[in-house]
Amino acid sequence: MAIMNVNPTRMEMKRLQGRLKTATRGHKLLKDKTDEMVRRFIVLAEENKRLREQTEKELCAALTAFADARATSDARIIDEAILMPSRKVELNCTKRKVMGIDVPEMEVDDHGGELYPYGFLTVTPKLDDSLRGLNDVLLKLVQLAQTEKTCNMLAVEIEKNKRRVNALENIMIPQLTETIKYIKMKLDESERAATVRLMKVKDIIN
Amino acid sequence: MPNKIAVIGDKDSVLAFKAVGVEVFDAATASEAQSLLKKLTAERYAVVFIAESLAEQIPEALAKAKLQAYPAVVPIPTGKEPSGFGMQGIKSDVERAIGVDVIFNKEDKQ
Repeated sequence: MAIMNVNPTRMEMKRLQGRLKTATRGHKLLKDKTDEMVRRFIVLAEENKRLREQTEKELCAALTAFADARATSDARIIDEAILMPSRKVELNCTKRKVMGIDVPEMEVDDHGGELYPYGFLTVTPKLDDSLRGLNDVLLKLVQLAQTEKTCNMLAVEIEKNKRRVNALENIMIPQLTETIKYIKMKLDESERAATVRLMKVKDIIN
Repeated sequence: MPNKIAVIGDKDSVLAFKAVGVEVFDAATASEAQSLLKKLTAERYAVVFIAESLAEQIPEALAKAKLQAYPAVVPIPTGKEPSGFGMQGIKSDVERAIGVDVIFNKEDKQ
């Protein structure tokens, strides 16, 4: 590892020793942080996977039912029936801190309104079923979105953190250690030189 | 704080979402989807669901969206069967964070 370009003085050594101490402590803290993030991430990713499997299945079922309804009766009637939906779904979004990163927290804010915004005379009851199914899936989809986003952000953060830990561990700390050693050797060397010089001078005087 | 939900997909498959109160945006091609996604990102959308078939074709836009808190861009299946693209996303996240895929590998062994 390359030695830093510094003057071999006692003051510089003190400064570097301080930096080394900070770097070591930072390294330990960051490593602990990564460990904890990975632990949480695994739990979240498993939950994400489970949620996705379940939601995908239900969503496919609901969409297939809708396609069925559309196929079995006149597609235009169905299109017309849901052209002006009376429902409006919004989200209540807040931020939550997980290991120092802001992750979204979403809650479905249902403005109410009739789920079936059409007359029942012309429209097939299959549409009712599919819409009911889809409405239920929507809650899960939002939950899935939240979990997936949290997972995404945590993954990015873990990656960044790992890079920091590696930089400290493999570059910063060895570099500081070696430079400190180098300065120490230099100082010792000049100290020895001074002692020898004094002894020589004393010899000459006597 | 953003609070709206949007769905991007081809017209037939996302029509149903309209009835349950979600805003629906039609996109037939990947480039349309991409420009829509860009537009929605700038607006107050918290969640953008995007059809898997379209999401597959715009990986860069999805990767870019991952870095921001909002919106959460989530690929959803629109056909009869999920294509596995969404699962692929989870898998790549796990690989990214841990280095190896511990979650899906575990199941293979069982």
